[in-house]
Amino acid sequence: MPSATMNPTPSPPALAAEGRVATGPQVGRSLPRLEAREKVTGRAEYTHNLRLPGMLYGKVVRSTIAHGRIRSIDASAAKAVPGVYQVVAGEDVIKVIPHPYYGPAFHDQPILAIGKVHYVGEPIAVVLAEDPHVAETAATLVVAEYEELPAVYDELEAAQNRVLVHDELKPAGTFADLKHLKGVRGTNIALDYQLRKGDVEKAFAEAAHVFEHEFRTQKVLHLAFEPFVSIADYKGDRLTLYTASQGPSFVRIEIARLLGWPENRVRVKVPFLGGGYGGKLYIKLEALVTALSMIAKRPVKVSLPMEEVFYTITRHPMTFRIKSGVDEHGRITARRCEVFWNGGAYADIGPRVAQKSGFTASGPYDIENVSIDSYALYTNQPPAGALRGFGVPQLVWAYESHTDMMARALRIDPLEFRRRNITREGGRHATGTPLEDAAVEKVLEHVAARMNWSKPFDRGTGAVRRGRGLAIAIKAVISPTTSVAIVNVNADGSTTLYCGTVDMGQGSDTAMAQIVGEILNIPAESVNVVPRDTDVTPYDMGTLGSRSLFHMGHAVKRAAEEARDKIASLARELGLPKGSNYSVADLFQKKYGMQAGNIVGAGVYKPDYVPPQPGTGLTPNVTPFWMVSGVGAEVEVDTETGHVRVTRLLNVCDIGRPINPKICESQISGAATMQLGFTMFEKMHFDGGQVTNASLADYKIPGFHDLPAAFENETVEAYQSNGPFGGKGVGEVATFCVSPAIGNAIDDAVGVRLTELPLNPEAVLRALRAKENRPLEDA
Amino acid sequence: MTALRTISFTLNGKQVSAQIAPHHSLLEVVRNDFSLYGARESCGQGLCGCCTLIVDGRAVSGCLYLAAFADGAAVETIESLDRDNVLDPVQEAFIEEGAFQCGFCTPGFVLMVKQLLDEHPDPDDDRIRDYLSGNLCRCGAYPEILRAVKSAARKRRASKAA
Repeated sequence: MPSATMNPTPSPPALAAEGRVATGPQVGRSLPRLEAREKVTGRAEYTHNLRLPGMLYGKVVRSTIAHGRIRSIDASAAKAVPGVYQVVAGEDVIKVIPHPYYGPAFHDQPILAIGKVHYVGEPIAVVLAEDPHVAETAATLVVAEYEELPAVYDELEAAQNRVLVHDELKPAGTFADLKHLKGVRGTNIALDYQLRKGDVEKAFAEAAHVFEHEFRTQKVLHLAFEPFVSIADYKGDRLTLYTASQGPSFVRIEIARLLGWPENRVRVKVPFLGGGYGGKLYIKLEALVTALSMIAKRPVKVSLPMEEVFYTITRHPMTFRIKSGVDEHGRITARRCEVFWNGGAYADIGPRVAQKSGFTASGPYDIENVSIDSYALYTNQPPAGALRGFGVPQLVWAYESHTDMMARALRIDPLEFRRRNITREGGRHATGTPLEDAAVEKVLEHVAARMNWSKPFDRGTGAVRRGRGLAIAIKAVISPTTSVAIVNVNADGSTTLYCGTVDMGQGSDTAMAQIVGEILNIPAESVNVVPRDTDVTPYDMGTLGSRSLFHMGHAVKRAAEEARDKIASLARELGLPKGSNYSVADLFQKKYGMQAGNIVGAGVYKPDYVPPQPGTGLTPNVTPFWMVSGVGAEVEVDTETGHVRVTRLLNVCDIGRPINPKICESQISGAATMQLGFTMFEKMHFDGGQVTNASLADYKIPGFHDLPAAFENETVEAYQSNGPFGGKGVGEVATFCVSPAIGNAIDDAVGVRLTELPLNPEAVLRALRAKENRPLEDA
Repeated sequence: MTALRTISFTLNGKQVSAQIAPHHSLLEVVRNDFSLYGARESCGQGLCGCCTLIVDGRAVSGCLYLAAFADGAAVETIESLDRDNVLDPVQEAFIEEGAFQCGFCTPGFVLMVKQLLDEHPDPDDDRIRDYLSGNLCRCGAYPEILRAVKSAARKRRASKAA
């Protein structure tokens, strides 16, 4: 493995007016992260570390029941604890924020519960104290009484609408396809997305074979190592939030809305994040600390212990009923998808997951007749939101398991079956949008070649059997969304970039600096990337869904280009002949007679988009780019214990042209590792709505011993023609196929098919024993 | 409130003292009293390694280690490694191999790798995996960390040979 090159300290940027001196290409460099030194020395800034003078700590008191009316909250014992400053409940919040409900899709989530609780762990009160230990002790003394109501936990039960989580739906008004749900009563369905192409029923009737399967996924969560943390500092007519957020612009807009303030009185500052993975989007603790600081008139910090992270946001569990018709040549002619997303008690971004991922539920396959119904459902579980893939890893688990099951039943090799059915370059996705710059075939063939798929494979004979599997998938990027960037060239020629993309470990600061460096012909290391601060950094929709490198990358490129052009016109204005070797500093000196002035370039990017037709979901332009990945997996299954060892995991991705190849590779391996945990063992266990393994002691995540012996992370030669320098997003792409490739390998090894995650020893052993007609008893 | 007591210890080579309550962890003391933020609380159970501190030459979970036990001890944090503005070979290797993403767990890993290489100057893959199994990285930078350990081992051997 070649190590990244450490460049010598750059000389001051020397950018001539015309015919500039080349610094060398910045795009395509495996430059170490700009903040690398701060991170290895422990000096990188995180909200976790921040303390303000006079700051109070808040400890959240949470609901102990899943659904019920609050009869009373008795805080007298807590208030009597020496050192307690105040105990705050929902009724106190209403006094400072009269309508304290927030959310990106629905305004359904209260800052603190009002009247009712909707899940175990919902915040009902907060104890404030100068000493966090005092707040923690006192919080245990707050006593709430409830009138319990029936609860619904399962997404299929929720779809029956027998137990209702909310009395009335409250869409935020932001999204056109949610408007029809305003004020609707008697339902748990927070979005019913539909795609209709061709006539599936007719095609099923004419098909040579019809297959129907149901798959499920479990509840898992992000577990970023910097747990949720926010600080609010309310100063009467100004509010400053310091928060570990992936979306500072959204936070500002939503908090300003809650307060009825203009945006410019709310300032949101975000240093580095200790992990995000989709968990730190939208509003998490920001509205709560805002209300607390308004009430206490002091800065307030709420920093969750890991246990409470389990009650904040999770990934969507899902049930996917998939039915396919296949003709006599092994071509899929029709597919019906019914997807039920378990969104928990508050919608968060669930309705967008249901739609934006829902429309890819039929996979990277060229199918004449497609019908998709994707339902976002409320249940009495902790809320679910975005997690590295926005629902796609759950969908792919289902459709790529289904693909193999059909291939096996038809006695067609799983690779060959995919070859017959994939959408090739220039073909159309089920929405009608062309699949351009989407290397589906290339990725599939790369996986096949690297797995030596055409060669015989030793499956073993003893208690340990071996198997191999593969999978392939696509995802669209959330669209349409906007990014804005500003590039500021200072009087000495040094350059500053203002962009709101949050660096949570994905290396965005570095990639954006490389784009600036490429355009302005300066070393990326010399670019100062200003940490996110909404008083300074312009609007960005959010760091999510692999959108930043593409959208913000374009905005940054445009801002740098504008600055470059302004430098050139300044040179012309000063009458410098073409090819003269003036540095930028010289230009400023000549213009202002001293080291003074700035050149500011701004860039905005919003891709073209055509909204899907209501009812059919069809559109010629649903996404500006496609993400494509494939996985090949080899496993060993111990037939006596059910233990599965992943001996080889090959991740192959189309990421366009990598701006920083080394960082891209670590994104691929990191995403695959995370998905390996979600595949093999991660699962939140529940009892009556209560998480029974809410700690890292009981909820295991991948460690060094879980890494496959052979772990290969590769990309295919690709170029995203509408992307910045041919690049596109890479954060999620390697999560898609891990689960089904391993599930398919297990089936290949021992002939059992698991339809629910995780693929833990108990599940495998149960399936093996059921196959042998000696099932294990239920625990 | 609980009675405070004074403890004295060396922190990154300097003699210091702090007023502590019996329930204070050593992690809280180094962060709150001495503004050393390289060690962080994450899982709060001594399982992730983010809070790693060195007490009398051994790595401990700072979130579980009661400050009272550090009375008279020698405590070191990640901030001791680049005191003269020169990085430790382990830190250099982590940068060169890109052995981190968000960086939250990184100081704990760096300290554990340093201790690993003190005990085993030339560890193989199995040794590295075993030794670092008590440190978790949610970003999954394990392959890069593995490469960084080997690179750091080479750097240390080279500088010894020189």
